[in-house]
Order: sequence, then structure tokens, then C-alpha cells
Amino acid sequence: MSAAASPDTPVVFIEIRDGKATAGSLGLLAKARVLRGTAGAVVCGPDAGAVAEGLARYGSESTFVADIAGIDASLGQAQVDVLAMLVREHGVRTILFENSVLAADVAAGLAVRMDGGVNWDLQDLALRDGALVGTRYALDDSLAAEVGWIGELQLAVFRLGLHDPVEAPVDGRVVRVAPALSGYALATRIVEVRGSSADGPSLATADVIVAGGRGMRDRETLLLLEDLADALGGVVAVSMPIVDRGWYPHSRQVGQTGLKVRPRLYLACGISGQLGHRVGMEKSGVIVAINSDPTAPIFGICDAGVVGDLHIVVPQLTRRIRAAHGSPSGES
Amino acid sequence: MAIKIIVCVKIVPRASVALRLDPGTLRLDRSGPTEINPSDTFAVEEGLLLRERVGGTVTVLTMAPEAGRESLRGALAMGADRAVCISDPHIEGSDLLGTARVLAAAIASDQPDVAIFGAQAIDGRGSSTAAAVAEGLRQPLVSGVRTIDVVDGHLRGGRQGVTAEQVLEAQLPCVVALAGSTNVPRYPSFRDIVAAKKKDIETRTLADLGVAASSVGIAAARTSVLALAAPPSRRASGEIIDDDGNGAAWLEAFLTARGLA
Ligand SMILES: Cc1cc2nc3c(=O)[nH]c(=O)nc-3n(C[C@H](O)[C@H](O)[C@H](O)COP(=O)(O)OP(=O)(O)OC[C@H]3O[C@@H](n4cnc5c(N)ncnc54)[C@H](O)[C@@H]3O)c2cc1C
Ligand SMILES: Nc1ncnc2c1ncn2[C@@H]1O[C@H](COP(=O)(O)O)[C@@H](O)[C@H]1O
Repeated sequence: MSAAASPDTPVVFIEIRDGKATAGSLGLLAKARVLRGTAGAVVCGPDAGAVAEGLARYGSESTFVADIAGIDASLGQAQVDVLAMLVREHGVRTILFENSVLAADVAAGLAVRMDGGVNWDLQDLALRDGALVGTRYALDDSLAAEVGWIGELQLAVFRLGLHDPVEAPVDGRVVRVAPALSGYALATRIVEVRGSSADGPSLATADVIVAGGRGMRDRETLLLLEDLADALGGVVAVSMPIVDRGWYPHSRQVGQTGLKVRPRLYLACGISGQLGHRVGMEKSGVIVAINSDPTAPIFGICDAGVVGDLHIVVPQLTRRIRAAHGSPSGES
Repeated sequence: MAIKIIVCVKIVPRASVALRLDPGTLRLDRSGPTEINPSDTFAVEEGLLLRERVGGTVTVLTMAPEAGRESLRGALAMGADRAVCISDPHIEGSDLLGTARVLAAAIASDQPDVAIFGAQAIDGRGSSTAAAVAEGLRQPLVSGVRTIDVVDGHLRGGRQGVTAEQVLEAQLPCVVALAGSTNVPRYPSFRDIVAAKKKDIETRTLADLGVAASSVGIAAARTSVLALAAPPSRRASGEIIDDDGNGAAWLEAFLTARGLA
């Protein structure tokens, strides 16, 4: 008994974080409908049932739910057991993912298990003569390549942050699946979860973000950025190496393995703008860069750039903005 | 408890060389100088640190054309005990599936307690090889972790999410994928570099591993590159000026004009 409307129906892998579907995976439901006029979804973990209820609103006509014991929403291997069952027993052939550690793990595991093809870092997916053709950028986005699939099972992993949820209510049905889980999938467990400490205003909703990268000479330089953020009414974010150094919490990291942000103003200081960072911020309204290297890739995507030393330019800018607002001390 | 550690490293074109595709094959041109994929030097260091804590051996493993094998000396100089390179003409053109089959077979033949992978290959960018290999080996996967340790015969890994930190625990043997620049890789001393020149780099073929040629390479690939398309239209770049002392004033004017300051 097949629950998917047809084998061509793309099924979207819905990722759950903090009990909710991620926006990017919801957004892929709209992409699936553009592609084939219909969409399905699969969602795994203890909260899957509740999340599934909300998916018809975004266009999922058939949602597969696996909320049996042993599946953790953030561990991939048991979810491979679920998706493999959809392929074997429900005729699913096309699965769309938004990139994440989890999505990459699930897609890769499934590809090996079911001898499927996985193309990742996709910018787009289209039909040509009945076949799926993906577009991905390659070599640090210096060129685009068209990629295809050979064989039945087509797994498409999209670059983070390309798709926003679009409401498109349909009559959806929910199909519960309960595969036997592999022993090795059950051999990894999450033994401890620590909430990261609340550390100031959220990046996700900030209007203005002042971001610092490895160009910062020392930890104290973050104070210069915090000062500028304060003058602009914004918050401070950092690139990954700064988190790796322990200078700032991971909750303030922008990029592929951090947050995806879209403020009105993103001011990048001492950030080179490599792909891992760029995917988290390139949709910002206005991008301003301060960097000492005129060849830094960040200058290729900014609206205004200053080639200079951030330790000089940032405090000058802060002083000027405060002076213009008539509050030299920073009180407003 | 002494443990056997394998670190999988990819040999990639050296960072100083601009990457280019071969227009004929649409594959990466690998003819120039090579080095260990930058992410994977963190994996080597993580393996060495683990060895220092719990005892054991570190083997670096790569699947690469013959010409790339010398790049493994960098890892030997850092302190790896052994280096193994799998080379075979049939491997060329492998996608994720072929690569994973070869690496899984090599790992299975060595039977380590832990196989450590880097976060991402600069020329692959899939961050998916570790999960594919874990599936091939039917072993537990501990992915996206910034810290690892072996405690009571289990591997523990720390994952840092945006809102929470998770500690993962898996039974050995298992596969580990790191999250990124998790440490500061050691610089080998001159003496270590010289000593590494004399060390043996073991080579294996598909036949040595018992992998059928038909299960790797183009024949077994499930993806293909169809064509190169026009380079992406980037977000148009705005004005960029040199800071001659007036950079801040210019930026202030820019921000004020847009109502942002
Ligand atoms: C799987 C994976 C996931 C990743 N996820 C993320 C992520 O989520 N977020 C992220 O940020 N990165 C991520 N990365 C890493 C990313 O690829 C880059 O390595 C990182 O963004 C670089 O950080 P940076 O720009 O601060 O450092 P660098 O690339 O070292 O750039 C520093 C810049 O500072 C400039 N500079 C130096 N001194 C000065 C000065 N005095 N004044 C002004 N400018 C100066 C330099 O010219 C340089 O351009 C990821 C990588 C991988 C492999
Ligand atoms: N040919 C290879 N040989 C050895 N290890 C590899 C190879 N390809 C990928 N890896 C490992 O898998 C990791 C992720 O690569 P990728 O999935 O291509 O992003 C790398 O950081 C390496 O640790």
C-alpha cells in the first residue's frame, strides 16, 4: 500500500530542532510543489507526531511519521532506517533535504543502504525531459555545475537558507511508520544535554549585526565591536574560528554550522567571507565590510567596503555615530 | 586501555593552487601539488591527542592517486604511527558510494576501535563521507562533534548546537566526524619532518582489500556532472574604498543615507 501519491512525489525530510520543524525544511515543501505539483514529508523523533500535524498547512499531502522509541530527532542513523522503509515499501524515489549535520548524515547513510545517488549543496532543482537536474556551485562558488542522478533513488541536499516556508494548505494525511531499528543505530545515544546559557539578545531577530572574525587581534577587540553594536542598536556575532577559540559562545556564530541571519544591516569586521560564513549572512539587507585585505571574498558581496584595519576604523565609526546622536558617552 | 585509531584524510590540491575543473572530464584537476585537506589536519591532531590520553596507535588512511601519497608524510611528521594509501586505477570517477566502499573495506581490514573523519573536504564539501562509511561498516556514528574522548570503553563526543550542547556516547568500534577546527594542529619539528621522510607509506589496491572493481568508479556512481553552467550571478558588489583616514566618515555617511545610523 503506497501512501505517496505517486513515486514521483518528492518527499521532504523535515528536521526537528527544539521540538519544531526547521524553517528551511518547511520551505522545501513549496519547492517540491513547484517541481511536481505535489509534496510529501517525513518526520522522525519523539515530537514527530505533533510536528506532522502542522505540515499540511505548508502543502504536505502525505506525511510519514516515525515516533517510535529509539529515534532521537538529532541522530541520523535510526532515521536512515525510517527512510529506507519509505523507499522499499512506499515507493518513495525523490527526497529533498536542507543541509545540516543531520541531513548530510541521513542522506549519506540512505544512499549507501539503498544504492542511491546524493547530490548536495544544491542551489536549485528542476525537471528537464522528465529527469531531475540539480544546480550546484562549485570551487568556492566560482562556477556552477549541473548535476544529475543515475538510478532510481534521488537524494537532493540543498544549501542552507534558500527556502522560506510558504503556506499552501492541503488535505494532508498522516501515515505512521515503525521500522525495525538497526542495532548500530541504537548504539549511539545522547547522554547529556546542556542548554547554552542565555547570552543577551537573540541574533535571529536582530535588526543590526556587527560581526567579528579572525582579523580581530585579541579577545578585547570584541569590546570595540560591542561598543559599535551598542551605538547602532545592534548585537555582536562572530565567525566560527572565534567560537573555536572560546572567545564567544556558539549561539553567536553565523554560518553553515551556526545561525542563518537576515538583519537590515550586517557589518563584517575582519571576516574573509568564505562560503561557510557567507551562507549564514548573504541575504542580509545591507552588507558592510571592513577588512585589511582588498582581495577578501567578503568585498565581492558587500554594499560598501573599507579596506583598512578594523581596530582603527571601528572605534572611529562608533565615535562618529555617537557624536551624531549627541550622546558621546553611549547613554541614549 | 590502548586503542587503535584510524584517521581518514583526503589528499587535495594545495591551498595555494587555484582549484580548476578539467573541462574534458568535468572533474577536479588534481595534477598539481597536493596536501592533506585542511579540515583533516584537525582530525589527525584529535587522533594524536586521543592516543596521548588513552594510549594506542594512530594510522592515517587515504584513498588517492599514487601521486598524492607523499602528502601523507605531513601526518607522519605530526606523529602518526602508520600511513596507508589506497590507489587503484579503477577508483577514478567514484562518487560518495565508491569512496565509502573503499574506505569501509580498508577500515574493516584494519579493525580499529575508532575511525576519525574531518569536517569537510574542500573539494567535496558533502560532509557525508563519515556517515556513508559508518553505514557501510554498520557501525555507530558520532558526528558533528568538537570534543572526543574514550571513557569506559565508549566514545564520547561533544556537540555544540546553537541552543544546546549535547554529549553523544557510542559503543566501540565507531565512526567519528568532527565539526571543524576543533584544536590547534601541532607543527612538526625539523627532526620529525626528516624522520618522516624515512618512514614507510603502505599502499593497497582494490584487490588487496577484496573490493570488486565494478563496485567503485564511474560504473558504480549514482550521480553525474552533466555540464558546467554560467557562474552564479553574485550579489552586485558596492563601492569599496581604501581607508586613508576617512574610511569611518565615509561609512557613517553611507549608513546615515540609508537610515541605518
Ligand atoms: C563544515 C564547515 C562548517 C563551517 N561553518 C561555519 C560557520 O557556521 N560559520 C563560520 O563563520 N565559518 C564556518 N566555517 C568556516 C569557514 O569556512 C571559514 O573558515 C571561516 O568563516 C573563516 O572565518 P574568518 O573570516 O573569521 O577568518 P579568516 O578566513 O582567517 O579571515 C580573517 C580576515 O580578517 C582580515 N583581517 C586580518 N587582520 C585584520 C585587521 N587588522 N583589520 C581588518 N581585517 C583584518 C583578513 O584579511 C581576513 O580576510 C565552516 C567550515 C566548515 C568546513
Ligand atoms: N578519498 C578520501 N580518503 C580518505 N578520507 C576521505 C576521502 N574523502 C573524504 N574523506 C574523509 O571524509 C571527510 C569528509 O569529506 P567530504 O564528505 O568529502 O566532505 C574528510 O574530511 C576526510 O576525513
